[in-house]
Amino acid sequence: MTVLDDKRTPHDDELVARLNSVALKLRRDILIMTTKAGSGHPGGSLSSADIMTALYFHHLRHDPQNPRWEDRDRFVLSKGHGCPALYAALAETGYFPEDTLWTLRKMGSILQGHPDMIKTPGLEASTGNLGQGLSIALGMALAGRIDRRKYRVFALLGDGEMDEGQIWEAAMAAAHFRVDNLTAILDLNGIQLDGLTKDIMSLDPVPDKWHAFGWHVMEIDGHNMREILDALDGAEHVKYMPTIIVAHTIKGKGVSFMEGQVKFHGTALTEEQLAKALKELQSERSEN
Amino acid sequence: MSKKVATREAYGEALVELGRVDNRIVVLDADLSTSTRTILFAREFPERFFNFGIAEANMMCVAAGLASCGKIVFASTFAVFASGRAYNQFRTSIAYPRLNVKVVATHSGISVGEDGVTHQCVEDVTMMRALPHTTVIIPADGIETKEAVKASIEWPGPVYMRLGRPAIPLVYEEGYKFDGRALKFEVGTAMKLKEGKDLTIIATGMMVTEALTAAASLAKEGISASVMNVHTIKPLDESAIVKAAKQTGAVVTAEEHSILGGLGGAVAEVLVENAQVPMIRVGIRDAFGESGTTSELLVKYGLTASDILAASKRALKMKR
Repeated sequence: MTVLDDKRTPHDDELVARLNSVALKLRRDILIMTTKAGSGHPGGSLSSADIMTALYFHHLRHDPQNPRWEDRDRFVLSKGHGCPALYAALAETGYFPEDTLWTLRKMGSILQGHPDMIKTPGLEASTGNLGQGLSIALGMALAGRIDRRKYRVFALLGDGEMDEGQIWEAAMAAAHFRVDNLTAILDLNGIQLDGLTKDIMSLDPVPDKWHAFGWHVMEIDGHNMREILDALDGAEHVKYMPTIIVAHTIKGKGVSFMEGQVKFHGTALTEEQLAKALKELQSERSEN
Repeated sequence: MSKKVATREAYGEALVELGRVDNRIVVLDADLSTSTRTILFAREFPERFFNFGIAEANMMCVAAGLASCGKIVFASTFAVFASGRAYNQFRTSIAYPRLNVKVVATHSGISVGEDGVTHQCVEDVTMMRALPHTTVIIPADGIETKEAVKASIEWPGPVYMRLGRPAIPLVYEEGYKFDGRALKFEVGTAMKLKEGKDLTIIATGMMVTEALTAAASLAKEGISASVMNVHTIKPLDESAIVKAAKQTGAVVTAEEHSILGGLGGAVAEVLVENAQVPMIRVGIRDAFGESGTTSELLVKYGLTASDILAASKRALKMKR
């Protein structure tokens, strides 16, 4: 087992400020699209907005003009219900026009309620039945190894999803095959559909579990852009084992009345709530 | 028809032959490679073979990831796990996005024998053919298995192929011939093996041999039966089935599977809408099996040539 020390690449303030501003835009898009749709999962989309931003606007090697570029990095949204965050990132980076976001969950839309890799340009997997994305990402990582390609694979997991046995099947397999081109990011927001994860199904100690399964584990504040960027860079230097970035996050992050609220797991805001939320997300932007 | 070959053995050999000429092929297994015979491929191409241990759900989704990167993936385990155990994984991660994964399930049906109900899958065809984008293939013998595996590579998208444990008689001659006639395996095209005018026996998998035997017995009694091998349950060769039903006026289906929703169910669906002729289904009549030898079980659960013979006579009686 060889683990190089995490190399902390300095990320300048300008980059961090730019990404924070993008994340704010994604948050607004997430709330507008789910309210227009009248349904969806805003809470878990907001908790992953900063991670999504760091990936799509800085870390991933991808080309929105050529979504099937063979050497692109792959991103799998294992927590498929968090797709509003991903759709917002894909629109903002140019995979499809921003207007498309307002068709979310509507008949004929390319933006399905859960990700459909055939309909939506830029999607790498059809997910939404929890527990499957890490395995899919492992398959992509193994394909990269067979083909000796340099691309890396990322999977964003939800913490409720840790309940699924298949996550641990994949965790075991990724370590067994010494896959080091795979990075998992755990959006540890502490809430699942029925309540707090600690009440529904205890997950602790999360980092210890992944460590025991043979993964290199990093723990960060999932809303601190610099920490996210540093962790993603650090993961690239870990050899012969997969890395998981355990990101401590807040469900509904960015909107005071949504933060830590179970009900916003799978409920869209009303128009009135939306107006209030957008105001908060606007003012926060001017502070940055 | 004296030589016997297990379809799973033919599968293992086919994988090696195809693996030599097509490096896109990747093979996955879940701790059953010795039994599914993917071990033959594993020995020759260790860098393109992955054993996931006893974790079928993970294996199916890894297959999806590999396929999304351009690999042609063969994922194998026993039918009971390939279908039921990992159904949702196949449905969502493979069938929905139409990925190029060939799930080749061995040890299907009651012919598994002594292992008993836990390992005798008699409902997989029903489940898998209900899934959109999914092709379901059941080869009749070892020779046809090789042709089917080859054809599945040229056939884009998800395939579920159903193979068996025991060595079974060859229906075809070397080189995929029948009565000296060279054939070509085409996915979705039923194969008429014997022409007849009184009824049509539509069979699949190991029951094709039994159907031919039954037809020979019927001939001795002056009854002329067509025999059709439906190696592809989905897409079903509807026009061939309707045509045969109209020509002969009676149909018997035969499968080593539940009569609910398998070949019999599929044929009944087509006939009730297009050609309402008397029809009898030979298959497992909504039951779990039990431990026993393959031949004992086939007799007890009504899966022999004499069961097809009796069903044919009943169908003919209904016709009159």
